[in-house]
Amino acid sequence: MEQLLQHLVNGLVLGGTYALLGIGLTLIFGLMNVVNFAHGEFYTLGAYAAFAALGLAGLDFTLALLGAIAAGALGGALCEVSLLRPLRHESIDTTMLVMIGLWIAMQNGELLVWGGVAKSISHPFPTAPLVLGPVSLAPLRLFVLLVAAALIAASYLLIQRTKLGRAMRATFQDAETSALMGVPIERIHTATFAFGSALAAAAGALLGPIFLAYPSMGDLASLKAFSVVILGGLGNVPGATLGGLLLGVAEELGAGYVSSGYRDAVGFLIIIVVLVLRPAGIFARAERIG
Amino acid sequence: MRRSGRAVAALLALTLPFWLANPYVLHVVIMAGIFGVLALSLNLLLGYTGQLSLGHAAFFGIGAYTSALLTLRLEWSFWVALPAAATAAGLAGWCIGRLALKLRGAYFVLVTISFAGVVSLVSINWMDLTNGPLGLPGVPPPELGPWSLRTKRAYYYLVLAAVAASCLACKRLVGSRIGRAFVALRENESLAESIGVDVTHYLVLAAVVSAGLAGMAGSLYAHYTRFVSPEVFLFTYTVTMVIMVVAGGKGTLAGPLVGAGLFTALPEALRAVTSWQWQMLAYGVLLVLLVFFLPRGIVPALTAVRRRS
Repeated sequence: MEQLLQHLVNGLVLGGTYALLGIGLTLIFGLMNVVNFAHGEFYTLGAYAAFAALGLAGLDFTLALLGAIAAGALGGALCEVSLLRPLRHESIDTTMLVMIGLWIAMQNGELLVWGGVAKSISHPFPTAPLVLGPVSLAPLRLFVLLVAAALIAASYLLIQRTKLGRAMRATFQDAETSALMGVPIERIHTATFAFGSALAAAAGALLGPIFLAYPSMGDLASLKAFSVVILGGLGNVPGATLGGLLLGVAEELGAGYVSSGYRDAVGFLIIIVVLVLRPAGIFARAERIG
Repeated sequence: MRRSGRAVAALLALTLPFWLANPYVLHVVIMAGIFGVLALSLNLLLGYTGQLSLGHAAFFGIGAYTSALLTLRLEWSFWVALPAAATAAGLAGWCIGRLALKLRGAYFVLVTISFAGVVSLVSINWMDLTNGPLGLPGVPPPELGPWSLRTKRAYYYLVLAAVAASCLACKRLVGSRIGRAFVALRENESLAESIGVDVTHYLVLAAVVSAGLAGMAGSLYAHYTRFVSPEVFLFTYTVTMVIMVVAGGKGTLAGPLVGAGLFTALPEALRAVTSWQWQMLAYGVLLVLLVFFLPRGIVPALTAVRRRS
């Protein structure tokens, strides 16, 4: 029982960042109809941006986090404008191939810049865990959970309460009609991709200090993001949030009670089982944003 | 004209090991042949039914492991292990085809990736069967009567036969009713269904044949390198296959072979000049450029040029 509580808490910490990854991907997938296989690379970008800001520029941890988010947003906007905008009227398969190309290019670019050796990202938190009854939690992990929760809340506010969010929801429902009503679709697409990439970069900067930063870290992140999107349903932001937490907890339980070697298999199995049994996601009622 | 061209090509292919003395170049040609079979197999799905499988390395790996385990543990002959490897991979393809028959496009891609991920994790973690990350060394070379096909020259002919057989099989399949059903599915699924094409049946069939060919390539690879490790499931292999098919020309028979030749020879030629990372980086950029500037691939573009002149 005590072990179970500990697994649940660890799962929530992981799940919060998975939710960030999933929300970004579900927006891009749902709104732009782009299967973004490069999503994990923005997660890697975030981790390395934080590493560079902390280690090379000597910034403090919060500023490094903000820097990583900015790098993700900038990189995302750049990719959207240069690669996706010219292909907006092409089929989903065409853009998917381009994103696979971007994924390989970015990952090997990172390998060239940073080398294959994993980098550990320093953080200012004490290593002694906080103990609360049967559960112990490193201060860094608590910080990660809190920041992830804050970013998820900020995403909701952005989507539900701002003009940009309203335009995004309108574009998701019917791009043509929104365009007729004066929504600048191209700019909404750029904003969506930049926003999704920024969330992925934030997840990378948050998980980077817990694990390590290495060039191929984005592969698993991409797959986890896809599992979350599939769990939650396409374009379903609350679904992605719940899906992320669920995946985090399921992985911890799988690693704790089955075998740690098969931890990453949980995400793969979720993709297969959910797609086969409930292709619209387990929370599917209506497909919409918000 | 075309017939004599073909005869010359066949003659060149048959005599190649005799005027190509350099064993390194011969090695590259053999690898190109193995990748040629893989590219042909991926092309059946991607080029003809329009479904992209990003888990093809799984079928390749299943074939390699099946063949290696059967010859090592049960001491089966290569000639039995090869069809067994193709059958095992085909069976996996059948499972994926049955599971994913309702899914299209991105969802199909995700199921295939996840399948490859699970198989790869099993190969790493099931120590008793696969020897884990250490792999299986000492896979025996095939033997033909009293001769061992240990030499590169002999293995070249084995791979050549496999490429020719795969090519012929694909040609017959694509030219038949079945192939027309594949294309009908790719072009307009609802229309195809309305005129009586059994969608599920044909998609599963394409998946089985495609996976079986990939399994055969895996077996050829295992007995050539004589070593199998979880690296056969590397995503790099799948990416290489996709680039070969897309660059060569999906939905054509010559395209995947041209792509396989080009993208096996090119990295080897570049190896002297650049590192492996630059190559993979170039692959990514190349894939993007191909989609933008040569979306249909090299072979269709060449055919169009020849028609015009």
